[in-house]
Amino acid sequence: MPWDVVAKSLFILVVAVAALAPVVTWVERKQSAVMQDRIGANRADLFGIRLLGLLHPAADVLKLIFKEDVVPIGANRVMHLVAPLIAAVAAIISFAVIPYGATYQFGDSTVNLVAADIDWGLLYIFAVGSLAAYGTILAGWASNSNWSLLGGIRASAQMISYEVTMGLSVVGVFMVFGTLKLTDMAFAQDATFRLLGFLEVFGVVDHLPRWLAWIQLPMWGVFLQPLGFIMFLTAIMAENKRPPFDIPEGESEIVAGYHTEYSGMRFGLFFMAEFIEVIVIAGLMTAIFLGGWSIPYLPQERIIGALEPLFGSGMANLLCMVAHVSTFLLKVVFMIWFQMVLRWTQPRFRYDQMMDLCWKILLPLSIANAFVTGTIILLVRSYGS
Amino acid sequence: MAEDQWLTYRERETSDDDFDRDLHTEHQILNMGPSHPATHGTVKFLIELDGESIVDLDIQVGYLHRGFEKECESGSWYQCIPYTDRLNYNSAILANLGFCLGVEKLLGLETPERCQWQRVMGSELSRLADHLTRCGAACLELAAMTPFLYGIQARELTWDLTEALCGARVTTNYIRIGGVKHDMPAGFPEQCRDHIARIRELLKDFDAVITANRIFIDRMRGTGVLDKERLIAFGVTGPLLRAAGVPLDVRKDEPYLTYAELDFDVPVGEVGDNYDRYLVCVEEMHQSLRIIEQCLERLEKLGPGPVNVLDPRVRWPAKGRVFNHMEELIQQFKAVTEGPMVPAGEAYSVVESANGELGFYLVSDGSAVPVKVRCRPPSLLNLQPMPEMLKGCLLADIIPTFDFVNMIGGECDR
Repeated sequence: MPWDVVAKSLFILVVAVAALAPVVTWVERKQSAVMQDRIGANRADLFGIRLLGLLHPAADVLKLIFKEDVVPIGANRVMHLVAPLIAAVAAIISFAVIPYGATYQFGDSTVNLVAADIDWGLLYIFAVGSLAAYGTILAGWASNSNWSLLGGIRASAQMISYEVTMGLSVVGVFMVFGTLKLTDMAFAQDATFRLLGFLEVFGVVDHLPRWLAWIQLPMWGVFLQPLGFIMFLTAIMAENKRPPFDIPEGESEIVAGYHTEYSGMRFGLFFMAEFIEVIVIAGLMTAIFLGGWSIPYLPQERIIGALEPLFGSGMANLLCMVAHVSTFLLKVVFMIWFQMVLRWTQPRFRYDQMMDLCWKILLPLSIANAFVTGTIILLVRSYGS
Repeated sequence: MAEDQWLTYRERETSDDDFDRDLHTEHQILNMGPSHPATHGTVKFLIELDGESIVDLDIQVGYLHRGFEKECESGSWYQCIPYTDRLNYNSAILANLGFCLGVEKLLGLETPERCQWQRVMGSELSRLADHLTRCGAACLELAAMTPFLYGIQARELTWDLTEALCGARVTTNYIRIGGVKHDMPAGFPEQCRDHIARIRELLKDFDAVITANRIFIDRMRGTGVLDKERLIAFGVTGPLLRAAGVPLDVRKDEPYLTYAELDFDVPVGEVGDNYDRYLVCVEEMHQSLRIIEQCLERLEKLGPGPVNVLDPRVRWPAKGRVFNHMEELIQQFKAVTEGPMVPAGEAYSVVESANGELGFYLVSDGSAVPVKVRCRPPSLLNLQPMPEMLKGCLLADIIPTFDFVNMIGGECDR
């Protein structure tokens, strides 16, 4: 058994952390360049080969590794060292519970494409997210610099506040799918539902045009909980401290915030953590709201059922797995792109305005969302067929 | 609720009752700058912070002091013009113009009409570049990099035009005593109209990305407000004052060059916050484009003609005569070694620069070297009310306010 966990963890490390994270830095540069009428990174070359600037991430990492590692006078050396590690580790281990494929049957063995299939998957994400806050706060506190301290204080307030909203904004999703387990959520989304199905309770469906009553949508979180989708995306992006929520590192106000006094690969770890979190957010949003690995209108049984007579059971499962993992990656790439578009078009919030957004807008809305969702679920369960 | 239920801050601090006493906190003193991303190495804010709110703000200028005024007293009148280039890196032509208008006042010169239209055109190009930088940089420092690059792209186009006019993009040295460096090149109107169209496109993009952006409005609305009476008391001019609702513009109030014949509006704001300042600057850019178009029209209608005063005191004689005639040779020799002799007296010239009223007070004793060149820098005067604008605001409000005050180190510190 441990072998498959090791294999799956390695897959995450290789695909998500080692391959995708540097590519995301490249994507960010190139996409911002496209949006801003620039060419973007294209200078780093290896024996004259430039590869559209794809070598830049490698050059960046090399430079950061060989840079002098400065620890300011008066800094707490241990905490100064530990802080970036906490940030990076917390970002990487969040991947563990994100399912990137369904369950597949190969002869006697069952393959489940998630590193840790735990019942409290989403709570694990919240827990690890809270741990990440320690990295930032400690970095701000341990650097012995006013700017770092201000950044750390901002970060602590921001991350703790948005955790509340982040948790409450997905309560509606818990209720709809009846689970906290991300794999179960993904399975539940591999189905369709009638858009106006809930109207049956009121008996008005028969009066509607037939085609309207029978519109089928994939049972994705985004269609069941559109408000939850927006709120959760906002909260989790704020949790990641990327623009427009980059208040803890607002470079024009507090120099570079909590990582002002970091150089070399220690800074690189903060930087990496941020980009890994972009991928985690994309993966999480995909798993909760965009149907995870599921292909719309094509449930797993139907795919395997169609392929089995042609290729046999093992091959059919394998093909289905490839299709699912590619679908998942495609959705992840879409969500990464979406985050980048937001990052390059929005100015930064002000500290108090962001707190207002959290406590005065998102929090009441997420409670209202949970309440309304609960009411509808109750109605449908009690009176529905 | 009765007023006396609430203790004042001081009472809580000194209260004997533990329940009333506040947690003891201290204010934080923060040195913001001179090497800080928002202050660009040219200014230092000494901030007293209570958490994130500004209790007190002290502005310390002078980091870019190069002795501009004193330097001018050691060269000829002509040699001062390149120094004026270095006052404001965005709008060198405006500073050139301010200085040359003053010298011309002392000399009693009247420049030809063709020269005047080109001067107006040059100064509006400068104003455009300045406002583009200001609005763009404000967006950049609010972390919206995309509109900044749109603005910078448009600024490059204005600098292309400046380059076509005088061969330099930043330190122009374009306007000379009694004229301009040379006539605009053939094909300039076409190039200019083409660039204006592209600048308008970019301004539209800029506008679409940022003007109605909710976060941007939240950051700008209601920050850095100061009423017009205080602004006037501080001697503030330019977009800062106009945004507070005072339509003061030297181009309208005391028209110089051909501004009286031009059709343009002076936009004013209502509240005087940063958002009004932004809107005023954007509108002024559109007005500048209008002015440039009118100048081109008038220049084309005017046809070829001299762009320099034919006055032997400030012009070199024609080369053909210098080589063949004694008098002209001597005149050329004197002009090169000494420069123009400016009659004794004093003069104050003023132009509406992008930051406000840019004035030059010049004193001459009749020699070829100025006795006094005093510059009235709008940046310095505009910077003064900043502590009043920001007391009680948050640390983050310094950024948009400072951007729209648009303190230019070279001009402020001279």
